[in-house]
Amino acid sequence: MADSAPTDILEMRGITKTFPGVKALQDVNLTVRRGEIHGICGENGAGKSTLMKVLSGVYPFGTYEGDIVLDGETAQFGNINDSEARGVVIIHQELALVPYLSIAENIFLGNERRRAGGGIDWNKTNAEAAVLLERVGLSESPTTLISAIGVGKQQLVEIAKAISKNVSLLILDEPTAALNDNDSEHLLDLLRQFKQQGITSIMISHKLAEIAEIADRTTIIRDGQSIETFEMADAGASSEAIQNRIIRGMVGRDLDNRYPDRDSRPGEEVLRVEDWTVYHPTQPGRVVVDSANLNVRAGEVVGIAGLMGAGRTELAMSLFGRSYGRDISGTAYVHGKQVDVHNVPDAIKAGIAYVSEDRKQYGLNLIEDIRRNISAAGLGKLSRNGFVDENEELKVAGEYRESMNIRTPNVLMEVGKLSGGNQQKVVLSKWLYTAPEVLILDEPTRGIDVGAKYEIYTIINELVAAGKAVLVISSELPELLGICDRIYTLAFGRITGEVDVASATQEGLMALMTQENTQETKV
Amino acid sequence: MTGIANLRELFTRNLRQSGIYIAFVLIVVLFSVLTDGLLLSSRNMTSLVLQFSYILILAIGMVIIIIGGHIDLSVGSVVALTGAVAAVIVIRGGMPWWVGVIAAIGTGLLVGAWQGFWVAYVGIPAFIVTLAGMLLFRGLTLEVLNNVSLSPFPAEYTSIASGFLNGLLGGYGYDTFTLVIFAIGVLGFAYNSWRTRRARIAYKQTVEAPVLFVLKLVVVAAVVMWFAWNLATYRGLPAVLIILAVLVMVYTLVTKHSVFGRHVYAIGGNLAAAQLSGVRVRRVNFWMFVNMGFLASIAGIVFSARSSAAQPAAGNMFELDAIAACFIGGAAVTGGIGTVTGAMVGGLIMAVMSNGMQLMGVDQSTQQVVKGIVLLLAVAFDVWNKKRAVAAR
Repeated sequence: MADSAPTDILEMRGITKTFPGVKALQDVNLTVRRGEIHGICGENGAGKSTLMKVLSGVYPFGTYEGDIVLDGETAQFGNINDSEARGVVIIHQELALVPYLSIAENIFLGNERRRAGGGIDWNKTNAEAAVLLERVGLSESPTTLISAIGVGKQQLVEIAKAISKNVSLLILDEPTAALNDNDSEHLLDLLRQFKQQGITSIMISHKLAEIAEIADRTTIIRDGQSIETFEMADAGASSEAIQNRIIRGMVGRDLDNRYPDRDSRPGEEVLRVEDWTVYHPTQPGRVVVDSANLNVRAGEVVGIAGLMGAGRTELAMSLFGRSYGRDISGTAYVHGKQVDVHNVPDAIKAGIAYVSEDRKQYGLNLIEDIRRNISAAGLGKLSRNGFVDENEELKVAGEYRESMNIRTPNVLMEVGKLSGGNQQKVVLSKWLYTAPEVLILDEPTRGIDVGAKYEIYTIINELVAAGKAVLVISSELPELLGICDRIYTLAFGRITGEVDVASATQEGLMALMTQENTQETKV
Repeated sequence: MTGIANLRELFTRNLRQSGIYIAFVLIVVLFSVLTDGLLLSSRNMTSLVLQFSYILILAIGMVIIIIGGHIDLSVGSVVALTGAVAAVIVIRGGMPWWVGVIAAIGTGLLVGAWQGFWVAYVGIPAFIVTLAGMLLFRGLTLEVLNNVSLSPFPAEYTSIASGFLNGLLGGYGYDTFTLVIFAIGVLGFAYNSWRTRRARIAYKQTVEAPVLFVLKLVVVAAVVMWFAWNLATYRGLPAVLIILAVLVMVYTLVTKHSVFGRHVYAIGGNLAAAQLSGVRVRRVNFWMFVNMGFLASIAGIVFSARSSAAQPAAGNMFELDAIAACFIGGAAVTGGIGTVTGAMVGGLIMAVMSNGMQLMGVDQSTQQVVKGIVLLLAVAFDVWNKKRAVAAR
């Protein structure tokens, strides 16, 4: 086979996958050339992950229609083991590592290196793991526990695990969603190296800049159909132009302005934080946020830019009823009055709302319906003598469904079944119902598609137009530059700068975000 | 949007809930055939209520604990301890019956507060805390009773469990009072259903077709009144049934409509999200266990009154029956899902099966095997149902 290997490593023809009542994929075609990096883009729910599950045998042969041709041969995978035996390995968005096993144990989990007697050959395991770690550029001992390394390194362990299986086609589903810029960059470099070694990669990502940077070709999936495949070289001259080209394909129209316009008319100061210091909850003496000072005015969107681990979320959660750690000092004022926010109910009463970074883990009760998720933080307003006025509750939820444009037939749908964008709107509704003065939004658009992002920005604009103060934490600098009035930069727990958005650039912000020295600078 | 849900949708929309009712009906039919109708005789139905009331009372508290994502293994021992405290005060101390009742309830509340403290404020998993409690309170029971049974209780005390309310409106071969009470209950249920339905229509929600609605009420009324007739022609209204009915009504209201109930569901559904939504998680967890202690003491009083004695081994394995009732009744092992009515039906399924097999003369060992398998199948059905829901996405 080797000498006459076809140029296309993979061809998926006319893939149709139906779930009871829903056609998830309809006549999808995907051709991947040997040795290329192939991007797959599409809005949430477009069917990207379903397609990859068909390819990797999660949905076994027979549960879908269409053909998969791998290396010129028709493939009929009954499960993941079948596809891995043919060198197709998928790395899912949610990492599948066991926290209390070592790196080496995780790499060879289910594929253990054995001795003649059947026992595990630990020397071989650890030695081979060390070689694989070297290949992915991870300088950790193979015996380190997974729980002891950060998410960026865990992603590398996943990749090491994949190449231990003699991968020829590597599928990555949102590999950089949880990574900071440095780790993402390292991962992209790694993919380039693999390309030179002849490994083909398929990469699903919402981060269009990354796709523009790394992919050779990109296929657009929209509403369960493959819309088009194009060469990135032909798509545009600049990264910006390529991204716009992808967006056009994803939404089926031009999205000229990714950030809605807004008149900025800040009023009086709503939130002021002075000398806010937070210590790590389990490591005594470790300062996570170091004497931070900041303020937010009515009708103003203020951003917090910082790399992962800079203390962004810790700052927000400690302000929100001391939800992070116990050892916190400093004072917070809402409308000039000092507030005592010792727990979450107090913080809500003081007019603070916090939309968490991970909505599935911290924001929503996924097995409950939309109505009850929306009312969850404002039950006090809906109840009398300890009992809930359920008719009123239903009315409130219905109003938010309308005003926030939550796309469901009614408010009795289980939240776990909604798309990311709709889920985020439910979380926002929950907090708006508490009628807050200050909204802290932690990564408000993570993992949601371009169209829904625009809607979230519009909602933010409506909020500030109504005189609320909004504090946005985001790792996407273009987003902060697009929606904020002012941006604080946070580095290693310290506020290193306060920048007016009119004079800010991505490079300038990045310089402040990586500044290890402690002098605050005003630009 | 005022759609009319049809019959099929009514059943399929919530298989988790409707499945349990269908299973209950099937089991009742099965055992009445197997026992030649003995199961549904007036005498047997009365004794069934008396015999399983304390499991049902425990299941009310247990389902709340399970919805909150916990478990309570100690309730059997708490039943024994509260009964023992009452016995020592009433039988050995010669105090009036109500002093014993108050002391038993007080003991239950203390036990609940003790376990609630460890679970909520120290953060020890409920499985461990209540496993320890199971040993601890059994040991205290032996201590209190000096390792011997105490009996008999005076008549006032035993009438809590074995008393009947009858003859208040005269008897004519049947007890009018019983029928009147049940009729009031049925009318109340009908009125309440009608009000809910009207409110739902006013808020543009789906309701079932008018024919179905009336049919449902008629069926419920017929079954309940037939049950009432059986009680009325035997010995009248058991006092225990009144206690149980009041508890079921109160706790249905609390779990479905109160802020506390909502918070319990929120904690079980997603602990972190509940905390960040301003739920005072520790406080809610604490009161869940205090409430369980309270209900365990009620069960302890009913059980000791029924057997007219406090025994060191009383309440053995009750916790398992109560937990099984909750899971058969559709509560989720992971928390966040479950209802009081579901737990009651789950408890009744266990009760009908045990009682039916006893009537048939099936030996104890086979009964255990059957009960075990039913519990397993009920949870397997739940898991299958969840998978089906995921696949439908």
